[in-house]
Amino acid sequence: MKRTLGTLTHPVIGDNPITVQILGICSALAVTTSLATALVMCAALTAVLTVASGLISALRHHIPQSIRLIVQITIIASLVIVVDEVLKAYAFEISKRLSVFVGLIITNCIVLGRAEAFAMRNPVGPSLLDGFGNSIGYSLILIVIGTIREVLGAGTLLGYSVLPTVAQGGWFTPLKLMLLAPSAFFLLGFLVWAVRAWRREQVEQPEFRIRRPAGGGRP
Amino acid sequence: MAGPDMISWWRRFRALPKDSTPKTLAFALAVALGAAIVVSIATVTLRPLQKANLERERQARIVAMVSRAIGDSGPLTAYMIDLNSGRLTRDIDPVTFDAEAAAKNPATSVAIPQAADVAGLGRRAKHAPVFLRFDGDKPVLIVLPVYGKGYQSTIWGYLALKGDGNTIAGLSFFKQGETPGLGARIMEPAWQALWPGKQLADDTGTLRVQVTKGSAKGPYEVDGITGATRTGNGVTNLLRFWLGDLGFGPFLKRLKSGEIRP
Amino acid sequence: MTEIILRAVFAENLILSLFLGMCTFLAVSNRMETALGLGIAVIVVQGITVPLNHLIHAYLLLEGAWAWAGLPKVDLTYLKLISFIGVIAAMVQILEMVLDRFSPRLYRALGIFLPLVTVNCAILGGSLFMVERRYDFADSVAYGFGSGLGWALAITAMAAIRARLKYSDIPDGLQGLGAAFMITGLMSLGFTAFAGIAAP
Repeated sequence: MKRTLGTLTHPVIGDNPITVQILGICSALAVTTSLATALVMCAALTAVLTVASGLISALRHHIPQSIRLIVQITIIASLVIVVDEVLKAYAFEISKRLSVFVGLIITNCIVLGRAEAFAMRNPVGPSLLDGFGNSIGYSLILIVIGTIREVLGAGTLLGYSVLPTVAQGGWFTPLKLMLLAPSAFFLLGFLVWAVRAWRREQVEQPEFRIRRPAGGGRP
Repeated sequence: MAGPDMISWWRRFRALPKDSTPKTLAFALAVALGAAIVVSIATVTLRPLQKANLERERQARIVAMVSRAIGDSGPLTAYMIDLNSGRLTRDIDPVTFDAEAAAKNPATSVAIPQAADVAGLGRRAKHAPVFLRFDGDKPVLIVLPVYGKGYQSTIWGYLALKGDGNTIAGLSFFKQGETPGLGARIMEPAWQALWPGKQLADDTGTLRVQVTKGSAKGPYEVDGITGATRTGNGVTNLLRFWLGDLGFGPFLKRLKSGEIRP
Repeated sequence: MTEIILRAVFAENLILSLFLGMCTFLAVSNRMETALGLGIAVIVVQGITVPLNHLIHAYLLLEGAWAWAGLPKVDLTYLKLISFIGVIAAMVQILEMVLDRFSPRLYRALGIFLPLVTVNCAILGGSLFMVERRYDFADSVAYGFGSGLGWALAITAMAAIRARLKYSDIPDGLQGLGAAFMITGLMSLGFTAFAGIAAP
């Protein structure tokens, strides 16, 4: 039981796909200008990743080695098409704003990465949990960044006004930079820093140490 | 019977290692088939919903255009007309009508004589949707779908006319592939705002509306976009075609004579 | 044409403004040589697959593409994703084999990067943007080349910066990934200033 739970919770922070495994960053940044798009993207990725992990794990004894990758990509691509079509039918406005990024789940390294690293070697149950856990880890980052960018960039959250903007007679001047690409990189950088300040074991070792003079103080 | 043969063949097949060529091929085929079935089912079942979404968006866009152009967002009703006779027809549902597909299908379209084909369409559908608002029995707003060749793409848009059928209430394009930054600027609200109030034809009934190169003079001309002369000509041509006798001309005549009522 | 290339390289750089291909970008930008090799591989693959996918989309998938076969209503655009990724995977394989056969030196230099390119979202993203923006064939050639060039430019610049950064004093938590994000952010900030650039 404890191990099952570990499969689920380990990828959330300890082995987070974005901040530790460095997977699936492209979409994490592009769709976070507002919380609504980020949430829909999370739902789409969760659906694809969980089902793909389950399916690939169920087929793992039958997938021939030589066509392993193409089979995985085919399964993932079919799932993404289904999700994309569902979004176009039931969440048309948002799917227009997500533009090509739903389609890009196919090449989102999380899905293929988990399929290769976990689902090909484990039974269906744990694979489903692993897929779901990784989706949660991914969603967590997207939600945090999406919230910060929408609140600071537009003064709203999910479209509701949180900080009354100057244009509406309030005091808050929206930081337009938050809606541009660079802010996403900075926020993710700070987030990684924060996580690593808390979880010291994730800190990467530098290739070179700077030798400090014996007397202390900076060189 | 081949029964026992089949069974033993199946057994031998099952016994093959999973990386053998027949099994690899069979597996690839099975995956392809499974994926194809899933994707096709999803697409076919969801397509009506997606079409409805696009249609809602189109309807919303017309209303948005009209409200921008004349400052209100009142109701519009879609009707289907027969372009040749200019009469309303009830055989086709205007909301699901697909002008692009109908224009390609020989059964639902007619060829346009080359000399008259100023908009470069080749064929046009026999029918077209129109969107009207009536005040009592009198039309007060007429919205017509128009399209035609621009410089490097087909431009799609809506032309709104006031009740007299001769004064433009607004012109809005929703689909084009013109040069970004030049011809594509026909999508900009600032340029589309030049249109309301312009007249289509003079007193003799000759169509005079056009996009000019240089500065526009008189009630029939609109300033072109610098560097996009051919896109401007395309807009002129598509308006002239659709307002002419092969386009909505017969319908507008009937509308003016009071023959068409809600 | 020039405008599309300029826009694809600078204002709409695939990495720095659209975030495409980040995973490879971060993983491979540690050394200059590998970054350059991957950059060239991306230019080549992007330059081939975008126009190729344009042809496939226009002549096989789009509604009306099968009109010549008496099937004017067939609309296969929903197969866009799967056919594009198929084309990309196949192209990379073929390129690998062709290089191996005709230019073993180039194959040794680029060979290891080609499989990485298949799962690079920049490649699939380029083809999808080409469809979304309705580029025609000439445009798609320009766009494929330009966006590949932009990607290569970004990764080589990043590798150069990271090479210098090895000797700098960075807070522990920012070491590696965190610093990489910050630098990419600064580069992206610089590239947004190119947004005003247009062909003369």
